[in-house]
Amino acid sequence: MAPEIAHFALILSLCLTGLQFLLPTIGILKEKAIFIRIASPLALGQSFFITLSFLLLFFTFAQDDFSVNYVASHSNAALPLFYKLSALWGGHEGSLLLWAFLLSIWTIAFSFLARHLPLLFFTRVLIVLGMIQFGFLLFLLATSNPFLRLLPHYPIDGADLNPLLQDFGLIIHPPLLYMGYVGFALPFAFAISVLWGAEKALPWAKWMRPWVLIAFAFLTIGIALGSWWAYYELGWGGWWFWDPVENASFMPWLVSIALIHSLMLSSKRGLFQGWTLLLSIVVFSLSLLGTFLVRSGVLSSVHAFANDPKRGVFLLIFLSMGVGGALLLFAWRAKAVISEANPTQDADTIKVELLSRETAILIASALLSVSTASILLGTLFPLAYDAFTGKKLSVGFPYFNRVFLPLIIPVLILTPLGPLNQWGPNPLNIIIKRIYWIILVSVLLAIGMPTVFTDHITWQVILGLALGYWIILGTLKSFIEKIQKRRGISGLSLGAWGMTFAHLGIAVIVIGITLVSHYQIERDVLIKLNQNLSIANYVIKFQDIQPIEGSNYIGYRGHFIVKRRLISKPEEKNHLPTMQEFNDPNQYTKVAELFPEKRIFVVQGTRMTETAIDPGLFRDIYISIVDQLPGEKWAARIYYKPFVRWIWLGALMIAFGSFLAAIGRRMRTKAMV
Amino acid sequence: MLNSLRKRRLVFVIVLIVSALLAGLLIICALQQNINFFFTPSQVMAGEVKVNTRIRLGGMVQKNSLIRKEGLEVQFQLTDFVKQITVTYTGILPDLFREGQGAVALGYLTQENMFFADEVLAKHDENYMPPELSHIVKNKDKKE
Repeated sequence: MAPEIAHFALILSLCLTGLQFLLPTIGILKEKAIFIRIASPLALGQSFFITLSFLLLFFTFAQDDFSVNYVASHSNAALPLFYKLSALWGGHEGSLLLWAFLLSIWTIAFSFLARHLPLLFFTRVLIVLGMIQFGFLLFLLATSNPFLRLLPHYPIDGADLNPLLQDFGLIIHPPLLYMGYVGFALPFAFAISVLWGAEKALPWAKWMRPWVLIAFAFLTIGIALGSWWAYYELGWGGWWFWDPVENASFMPWLVSIALIHSLMLSSKRGLFQGWTLLLSIVVFSLSLLGTFLVRSGVLSSVHAFANDPKRGVFLLIFLSMGVGGALLLFAWRAKAVISEANPTQDADTIKVELLSRETAILIASALLSVSTASILLGTLFPLAYDAFTGKKLSVGFPYFNRVFLPLIIPVLILTPLGPLNQWGPNPLNIIIKRIYWIILVSVLLAIGMPTVFTDHITWQVILGLALGYWIILGTLKSFIEKIQKRRGISGLSLGAWGMTFAHLGIAVIVIGITLVSHYQIERDVLIKLNQNLSIANYVIKFQDIQPIEGSNYIGYRGHFIVKRRLISKPEEKNHLPTMQEFNDPNQYTKVAELFPEKRIFVVQGTRMTETAIDPGLFRDIYISIVDQLPGEKWAARIYYKPFVRWIWLGALMIAFGSFLAAIGRRMRTKAMV
Repeated sequence: MLNSLRKRRLVFVIVLIVSALLAGLLIICALQQNINFFFTPSQVMAGEVKVNTRIRLGGMVQKNSLIRKEGLEVQFQLTDFVKQITVTYTGILPDLFREGQGAVALGYLTQENMFFADEVLAKHDENYMPPELSHIVKNKDKKE
């Protein structure tokens, strides 16, 4: 029964979303108050039914109802319950339902937390959200219904979930990522509402900012989780592949950074409102494009599902209607909105200078947009080329590094310059006096630290580290100046705290990426039992390997002992110790015992590498066993990854900072109301 | 004299244009070096591929063709059911690499029609394969 009720609930909520955008639209056009006020209850109603349908799908999974096609093809009776949750959104239909479910959560959050907004503005946002939800539900029901039955002949057991997805990270990665993606529907809806209404002097940028910040924080964590998962689960230690689907999440991330900062310009200075509106439209368009790219099956990637072309066509129509409509509206109304919004600010009354925080933000936002465009080009180029010439090609990952890095470096240089400069004019000589020592110290540290701690150094390392130190020192400097100005740390707004965290997070990521890319050691080896292997400052011994059996797999578990060299002489760097030396606690100290596994999943016959990692703030030791080869030899990957965790740590700092800033804004708006 | 808001707009537009131009240049350079065309064994045998250009070679791994050499070196044959090519690769093959299933090798063709791969990709799961490969499989199904 459950799938039928869920299916019905979904249809019901499709009807309600239809009403959610139709009735209030009529209400606004005909000025009927009752139709306007009905938007909020309708939104609650449709959200309730989507939630119900979502919970029922999970219930169906928990019950192992293999008469339902989606459950039969993505789950299995032997699958542990919490992996059934990841199976729920591991496939196309379920992940779309998750999309709709999360949009309904955002809709509820908006309709409760934004009650203080003017009724008409509020209602227009709900209308737009209703339209988006309507499109998605229509898509879901027409092409990707997860509740279809396989009657009368259904399998006794399911096909099982792709073993790659049977992992904790993958239970939470999709919801968080989608929470970010879908959350950008709000700034989009805000922008449409602004353009539609074109009312005078609305502080819409202030209203929009917390929503963007929160969606951005979710997206950041989602991307970081995906990268972390790829690192330990795919078994070859990469953390970013410029895979089209990664790009699909990275592009809205970059543009939303531009949006967050440009919102500051618009709300605090009333500047560049048109640009900000455009960015809000673009961010959500890129989220939609991401969904389209991933779900339509046009891309070859880990994330793509087997697909029928109907879905792609539907999504493409939806995408072009939504984005095209929004851009047309923008072209038509932007001018009216901008001049209406700032009746008093004509060009002469605002004093803006070249050397100012405004300029830093503007240049950075232009560069972020251009770098996003270059990623978009690299991602779509193979598709376009195939469409026009019928030839298949792929854009290799060096393309992205070579194009993206030169464009993003100026943005990193600007990162601390924004907060260091004041709004308005900043005399050049004073800025130089304040920052010249930061530049000096950053460069000296960037040259000094690798010289002391490592045996080789390249200009890329110096550049990367100098950028990292420059952001850290510059951000701290502006933080301290702010404290001095406010006479004490308690005077700082949460926004200032958030900005500091987020910018430091960027620096942490930059340092992590620089160090891991240049100082990692990756050894693909053939190793025999009891053999030793030296990597960086460590010696690793292959102690043992035993067969194992799990609930839905069989395989092997290796046993490796990791020891650190206590006396490190440069000439002994690759010295392999004798058994006696290895066991001498004065020469080698044990750091970890690692148990990497090779699993063969019985149902699908898939082979999986389960890595074992000894994590550390300054380095990871990463071991995976891949294959048994003739002669009792094992093919294994033994990697040394310095500072790799800083990448995800930095991402968490950014997300935390954005949450802080969002809450701060929220508290202040509340205090004002 | 330009007033300052105009000046700022001008700066913004200039930055946008200059960085777009710069990006354009970078893109053109980077694209020229990093585009990898996809070929099937038949196309390679027909001489469509220049020696020593990096390409993606896709096909099904011929049954019983996998030979292990010294160390991590392996040799296998990729086929599109018409022609086959011997691929040499040194390294660890992906988990999903299996004889009788699809794979894509990235690398260079030598004079003797040998293919040296520096990267081998295998199909990700039962339901999914790279679009280029599904092409080959569909053709095979048509023939059978």
